Amino acid sequence: MTVPEIRALFPILDTPVYGKPLVYLDNAATAQRPQAVVDCWKELVEGANANIHRAVHHLAAQATDAYEGARNRVQSFINAAAREEIVFTSGATASINLVAFSYGQAFVNQGDEVVVSACEHHSNIVPWQMLCERKGATLRVLEPNADGRLDPETLSALLNEHTKIVAITHISNVLGLVNPVKELVAVAHKAGVPVLVDGAQGIVHEKVDVQDLDCDFYAFSGHKVYAATGTGVLYGKRKWLEAMPPYMGGGEMIETVRFSGTTYARLPMKFEAGTQNFNAAPTLVPALDFADAVRENPAVKAEQQAILDVVYKKLTEDQRIILYGTGKENKIPLFSFAVKGAHHEDLALILDKMGVAVRSGQMCAEPLMDHLGVTGLLRASFAPYNTVEEAQYFLKSLDKAIGMLV
Amino acid sequence: MSLEEKKQQVIEDFSLYEEWLDKYEYLIELGKGLDAFPEEKKTEDRLIKGCQSRVWLDAEERDGKLYFTADSDAIITKGIISLLISVYSGRTREEIAGDDFGFVAQIGLKENLSPTRANGLVSMIETIKKLAENGR
Repeated sequence: MTVPEIRALFPILDTPVYGKPLVYLDNAATAQRPQAVVDCWKELVEGANANIHRAVHHLAAQATDAYEGARNRVQSFINAAAREEIVFTSGATASINLVAFSYGQAFVNQGDEVVVSACEHHSNIVPWQMLCERKGATLRVLEPNADGRLDPETLSALLNEHTKIVAITHISNVLGLVNPVKELVAVAHKAGVPVLVDGAQGIVHEKVDVQDLDCDFYAFSGHKVYAATGTGVLYGKRKWLEAMPPYMGGGEMIETVRFSGTTYARLPMKFEAGTQNFNAAPTLVPALDFADAVRENPAVKAEQQAILDVVYKKLTEDQRIILYGTGKENKIPLFSFAVKGAHHEDLALILDKMGVAVRSGQMCAEPLMDHLGVTGLLRASFAPYNTVEEAQYFLKSLDKAIGMLV
Repeated sequence: MSLEEKKQQVIEDFSLYEEWLDKYEYLIELGKGLDAFPEEKKTEDRLIKGCQSRVWLDAEERDGKLYFTADSDAIITKGIISLLISVYSGRTREEIAGDDFGFVAQIGLKENLSPTRANGLVSMIETIKKLAENGR
């Protein structure tokens, strides 16, 4: 597949905005969906809409097959050891909340410590803060090194006999730097501490092998990796998932229910209370097929590298601009930056009228903004369907916007 | 110039620009031309809540009329507040409190802002009205 052929799979990219071609560079917030994902959802709604797992009738069997088939696809995508280790959720946030609650319930007590990094999305901070408040535990913060990556040595120094879990991001949604997750996990394991990896961005840009990383939990959302919104995954090692109590009660998460006491279903159902998002979860199959197809595609790799080169060069060489998250060898095509003398919101507003969709603000990472000493940034994040021409148009538009403001 | 005449003038000025990019350019010029706002006045109680960028608004009463000063760290927002206070500065409390601020809709400002900015605009209008009704 060439990049133009890939673009043709995404009809929304042809939508004009204000009479100009759309240049969609807010992919880190949500990716666009290929037609195959739209078709999958439509086919299920139109042809196989029935609640899963319960009924014996034909439609229910079809819906259940599609849903459980998606579980197999996720398992193979991240190379999990068993399909029971794949729990469907509504997104990365829900996945992390599940662990913070259930793991916290079983293993975190008063006086214990939980480690998160300063580069986390709010979704990988607040659930842990809530856990610490509930249990009287302490939240410890892992500071990044000067260029914004997490350092195994710094982590090692932070761990002690009270540390019960480490929660870190694979790739920061602000800095766009790939963290050395495997090394971080190794350091934590050496101290006997399990690790949750927030893979919301990592799953999109890296080939994830949870057995190779050896992480204990890996959380991600479907909508950032081309699937329908409201889909999400929690990978958890079986030994932890077995030892954790359920997060929510009700639906198919039970074995037997008596007023004298309830026993719970086996994995992964134990963590899937209530009616599941059975029309949407199967869209993970065409979505992950697409993600696999583009990851190793030479044309896409070349285009992404060219985008990284041209944008990185401009944003680091232009004296009016400060790029946060430098070091090209670990960088994905995601750029957060400030323009001296221009407010990020003004820039985003003007770029929007030029057809360029970028993100402005704190990007759900206020502590990181404080760490960087800024009130907000402008972010452009690229996907495999973006082109070098779009990158150049974005840079030209940015120049024009800066000219208007400064 | 009466309040009605001033509003009409703003509507006409705005209609000179067809493209929204040009309208922004006009707002940016307005923002840049706004009188300096003293740093010591940038206090929490003068900050308008509900804006993503920071906006400060102050009012002084002289001879029965309100005079507004303002600032923002975002220039388009500054242009918008500049536009608003150019219309409402030098008016009586009754005039301001009794106005429906409908001209903002007539120039299509709210519809062409991002949702967060549109909320900010609503907050600016509410703050101007509140200052007219209650004073600080």
